[in-house]
Amino acid sequence: MPVSTSSAGLPLWQRRTTAAQWLRFAAWLFGLSLFLLCWKVISDNTLWVFVEDAGRQGSDLLGRMLPPRWEYAEKLWRPMWDTLNIATLGTALGVLMAFPVAFLAARNTTPHPLVRSLALMIIVSSRSINSLIWAMLLVTIVGPGVLAGIIAIALRSIGFVGKLLYEAIEEIHPTPVEAISATGASRLQVMNYAVLPQVLPAFAGISLYRWDINIRESTVLGLVGAGGIGLALNASINSLAWSQVSVIFVMIFATVIVSEWMSARVRRAMI
Amino acid sequence: MLTLEGVGKRYPTGDRALSDIDLALPKGQVMALIGPSGAGKSTLIRCVNRLVEPSQGHIRLDGDELTTLSGAGLRRARRSMGMIFQEYALVDRLTVMENVLSGRLGYVGFWRSFFRRYPEQDVREAFRLLERVGLDHALDKRADALSGGQRQRVGIARALLQSPRLLLVDEPTASLDPKTSRQIMRLIRELCAERGLAAIINIHDVALARQFADRIVGLNAGRIVFDGAPSELTSDILTTIYGEEEWDTRVGPEEPAEERSAPPRAFDVALSGAVR
Amino acid sequence: MSLNASEGRLRAARQGQWRRQPFITGAGRRWALGVAVLAYLVLALGSVDVNWARVAEGAGRAVNFLAAFTQPDFISRQGDIIAGLIESLTMTLTSTVIGVLLAIPVGLGAARNIAPLPIYALCRAIIAVSRTFQEIIIAILFVVMFGFGPLAGMITLAFATVGFMAKLLAEDIEDLNWRQVEAVRATGAGWWQVMNHAIQPQVMPRLIGLSMYRLDINFRESSVIGIVGAGGIGATLNTSLSRYEYGTAAAILLIIIAIVLASEYASSHVRRFTQ
Repeated sequence: MPVSTSSAGLPLWQRRTTAAQWLRFAAWLFGLSLFLLCWKVISDNTLWVFVEDAGRQGSDLLGRMLPPRWEYAEKLWRPMWDTLNIATLGTALGVLMAFPVAFLAARNTTPHPLVRSLALMIIVSSRSINSLIWAMLLVTIVGPGVLAGIIAIALRSIGFVGKLLYEAIEEIHPTPVEAISATGASRLQVMNYAVLPQVLPAFAGISLYRWDINIRESTVLGLVGAGGIGLALNASINSLAWSQVSVIFVMIFATVIVSEWMSARVRRAMI
Repeated sequence: MLTLEGVGKRYPTGDRALSDIDLALPKGQVMALIGPSGAGKSTLIRCVNRLVEPSQGHIRLDGDELTTLSGAGLRRARRSMGMIFQEYALVDRLTVMENVLSGRLGYVGFWRSFFRRYPEQDVREAFRLLERVGLDHALDKRADALSGGQRQRVGIARALLQSPRLLLVDEPTASLDPKTSRQIMRLIRELCAERGLAAIINIHDVALARQFADRIVGLNAGRIVFDGAPSELTSDILTTIYGEEEWDTRVGPEEPAEERSAPPRAFDVALSGAVR
Repeated sequence: MSLNASEGRLRAARQGQWRRQPFITGAGRRWALGVAVLAYLVLALGSVDVNWARVAEGAGRAVNFLAAFTQPDFISRQGDIIAGLIESLTMTLTSTVIGVLLAIPVGLGAARNIAPLPIYALCRAIIAVSRTFQEIIIAILFVVMFGFGPLAGMITLAFATVGFMAKLLAEDIEDLNWRQVEAVRATGAGWWQVMNHAIQPQVMPRLIGLSMYRLDINFRESSVIGIVGAGGIGATLNTSLSRYEYGTAAAILLIIIAIVLASEYASSHVRRFTQ
């Protein structure tokens, strides 16, 4: 009990018992030493000479980025269009694939537990691997270009959309499902009449949310050769044209802000 | 038409919900199933259309064994049994008409139902039923825009569109106010009479059961403890079904429960006197 | 949708004619939308130029890569993999701790109900910048400033963590239960005491949950920022892929998946413990 009696016979209130206090102390000590250990590893792998130089490097970089070379923006329309396409087509493709996977992964709609674990495995591997890694992989397979980017975005989206959608499917009301089954409907008809109407709004919201994220992600896929504005970014960085890099940053910033605003509006219109 | 023989149900958790249920329901009879919560009423009617798998016993509908069916056979059997639910169990985001037409799902193929291309006579019948329950004007409303009583009417229309031989009704009035409850029970009763349907109605409200059923079956802890006409349902029997409670709700000098049992007692005395 | 069906629809339904009402009422708008979507698809797909010869050539590699998953090669680049993993894990941990610590003041500043306007604007700007740019872009800048290695990666991840955590924390604070704050204030508590007794208990469980979630994200991100020289397993993965050493790449990917799974499992436990 947190209330004990002091040597003077007065009740003493403490927030935690003595044992709990020691346990907390030990946990904090462990966490702190782990942090310091990690910090040491990082510091050992760092050349501190360069870090001391960071301030000068930073201001130097800023000096070369400013003023932005605005003429360069004209060459960016095509890469920007590609970026939007990668995000949109990739999302569409990913959502199409995620839809059946989610139904196979949800406990209440899966045809068999074995199928369910397979679907969950697809979702986990898709989710764990960053879209840039997917892009690296696909560039070695289908060659550099927009196609690799689209597939990379799609593969990454399967896991995200699939996970959120199957969780939504598991949370539907069971009574309409019972009622539709009781009419003698087949499995597919039960999905179509009882499950689908209940998850459709969630599905639309999740897809839109993922599209928003994909716009951000598709801006950098070009760094590994998968098309879009990232290609221009990579080229500008490699040729140390920092005044072009700043133009690209402004472009990306504007696009992301606009897409965020658009998806927020569509979401509000849907609800 | 419906017979249950030795039906039992044990859930995987080990709870015994039903044991040794024997029951025969003739054509056109409206039977009320009463009993305390957890007595197994819902389990019993769900065993009939196999939303719950019975663990033992036989259930036959017009001589066809239901417990061994699967796949298409089960779906065909289910479409001849309409079910009405406590929480209406409509699909909220579909329109009233779509909800009613979903009663035909056991009859139409998947693509037809997917594109909502129902046969003309199905649509005509669905509309007639909506008119019958007084909701024809609402056919394009979404189900979640209706009141509780209206939703239950849609649920009834959906069940009847299956052209069932039997209605399974699970607590139709539990979420409704007393007046609407009476209207809904009267509607079910009338529709059963019009179409010659048999019905099993799970119901909590003993007064409603007395008023609207031909026959009352009392369930306690998964066993049938009473089976008879509504007039035979006395306070003693209610005690065996539900447990000890002051059943007489009428206040006043006259005590009808006593009154009802009084004349036979006098008759008994007279009879015994005569024999002596 | 109209409240009551039109007389025409009723009459048609009585005759057995009924069609579902379309989601978008108005045939004109429906067609316009359809045409717009179609036009976009044609334009977008038209601008995707696919080198089919290259794809055909790559198909063999795809098969090789999938085959590599059945026999991942953990051994031949063991040293690189272990070094990369240790870097990734240390970066993940330190960046999450530092990022969360920095996110707390920024989050407080970005909550409209407790921060004055100039501070609010500043903190919202920090959040917007940190959230817009992908970690990898920020990593490029920090690599230029701090040199190659895990320090640049750590600072990158910490910066991204600040934006992520501060935004969610600010939203949390903005819709917390104000009555508890008033109750503590009514006892005559000062600003710090209000923070400690009224706001901290309300946001703490979610803060811990979000930190665990962010730890997870930081690990996944740490596997890619190595591509631009910011340390971690990403560099090893990039090298193995560009050398077509699919066995090693498969091994690294499997390790990443396993660690993500383990951390998700652990964080679900921690969250249950703190709530």
